[in-house]
Amino acid sequence: MAGRTVSSEALYRALKEAVLRMNVELPADVTSAIRSAFERETGRGRTALKYILENIDIASRSRLPLCQDTGMIVAFVEVGRGVSFEGEGLSSTIDRAIADAYREGNFRKSVVADPLNGRANTGMNLPAVVYWDFTESDTLRVSCMAKGFGSENCGKVFMLNPTAGREAVIASIVEAARAAGGNPCPPIVVGVGIGGTMDRAAVLSKRALLRDLDDVNPDPYYAALEADALSALNALGIGAGGLGGEVTCLAVKTAVAGTHLAGLPVAVTINCWADRKCRVEL
Amino acid sequence: MRAIRLPEDSGLFSTLRAGDEVLLSGVLFGARDQAHSRLADLVAGGKPLPVQLRGQTVYYVGPTPAPPGRPIGSCGPTTATRMDPFTPALLKAGLVGMVGKGKRSKAVVAAMREAGAVYFYAFGGCGALYAERVRSSAIVAFEDLGPEAIYRLEVEDFPVVVAIDSTGEGLPAFLAST
Repeated sequence: MAGRTVSSEALYRALKEAVLRMNVELPADVTSAIRSAFERETGRGRTALKYILENIDIASRSRLPLCQDTGMIVAFVEVGRGVSFEGEGLSSTIDRAIADAYREGNFRKSVVADPLNGRANTGMNLPAVVYWDFTESDTLRVSCMAKGFGSENCGKVFMLNPTAGREAVIASIVEAARAAGGNPCPPIVVGVGIGGTMDRAAVLSKRALLRDLDDVNPDPYYAALEADALSALNALGIGAGGLGGEVTCLAVKTAVAGTHLAGLPVAVTINCWADRKCRVEL
Repeated sequence: MRAIRLPEDSGLFSTLRAGDEVLLSGVLFGARDQAHSRLADLVAGGKPLPVQLRGQTVYYVGPTPAPPGRPIGSCGPTTATRMDPFTPALLKAGLVGMVGKGKRSKAVVAAMREAGAVYFYAFGGCGALYAERVRSSAIVAFEDLGPEAIYRLEVEDFPVVVAIDSTGEGLPAFLAST
């Protein structure tokens, strides 16, 4: 493996640009899923989809954030073994790119320092939630999402019986979406983490949201589970904006891990239609 | 599509039905969690309010900072459910309209019926679209709360849908089970 050098300045610039863009422009896979939802929706939710598409155009033209909740950053960092990182530390470079993007973009700083005592805003949209992975590659990859809390508050973890099986997993996903109703700004995107421990399942449910909405799970068992869960969610009739209709969910994405023989953890992260994500690779 | 001027036409709220699409123009008071908590405390204590709520409509919003040359940043609705504990007190003080997203509790729906108030759904996540329909924005109370202060917004053709009407009927996804 050839060693490569990545400078902190190169990461800072690339990540700041990506975060600035993420809050004003949706990725192509998301916009395309919303357009297709608009084309097939015949219920009241069609009106919401019409305004959502108009909002996407206005945000992209005016560079105003798509949504006033510009979110908390959830980042997955994959550090290749062949990468040598030079300059400022990796963690502080990521923090600086986020803080500067939120200031320069006039984004809302939504993060408080202490969750209970005082809840003082840090003014920098930090801390971010950062997960670290070490890979055998020679690249450095940072994947981010801007996670709004209208939808984040609708997340759930289910510690199912190990014998509960596939239908119970789908029922858990449906239960989370049904309880959420219109609160998470449907049409929603659903990330499902299955396996591991309670915390691992929750992280996997976030990681699953990094997948392109139009990809197909290479494992046919989970591809079918995702398709069946999607159908079940769209049968709820919640519709875009909660106004009623056939399109409640744009996609269900799963990620799995080995687990203990006595358990079946299932974590469900719900994201709003403004499924803001970005990736930089150096 | 109905067009309604606020606060002048708030008397027409009783003619609105759940599911009606409406364009709001005129004055909305922007207020969210902390401002609601303070207003409800003042009402409970029988103290005067820093803004007159009678006949007015409140918008649950926490905008992004205004970029240069604009009255406001991105300003879509925030979740109304979090204001539920404080809403009956505000309705008692004369509030007749609410704009937000998400479910309302049974207690709020009952208080709305009593007050003849309407809950409008603003399209969630459409912050850029709503920013272009705000003509002016000014802080009118609780300035110390920063982004959670009470704002007076002048809006034009603000698209909303009646989620819960003054008879307490609502679109299903907006009615909480408790």
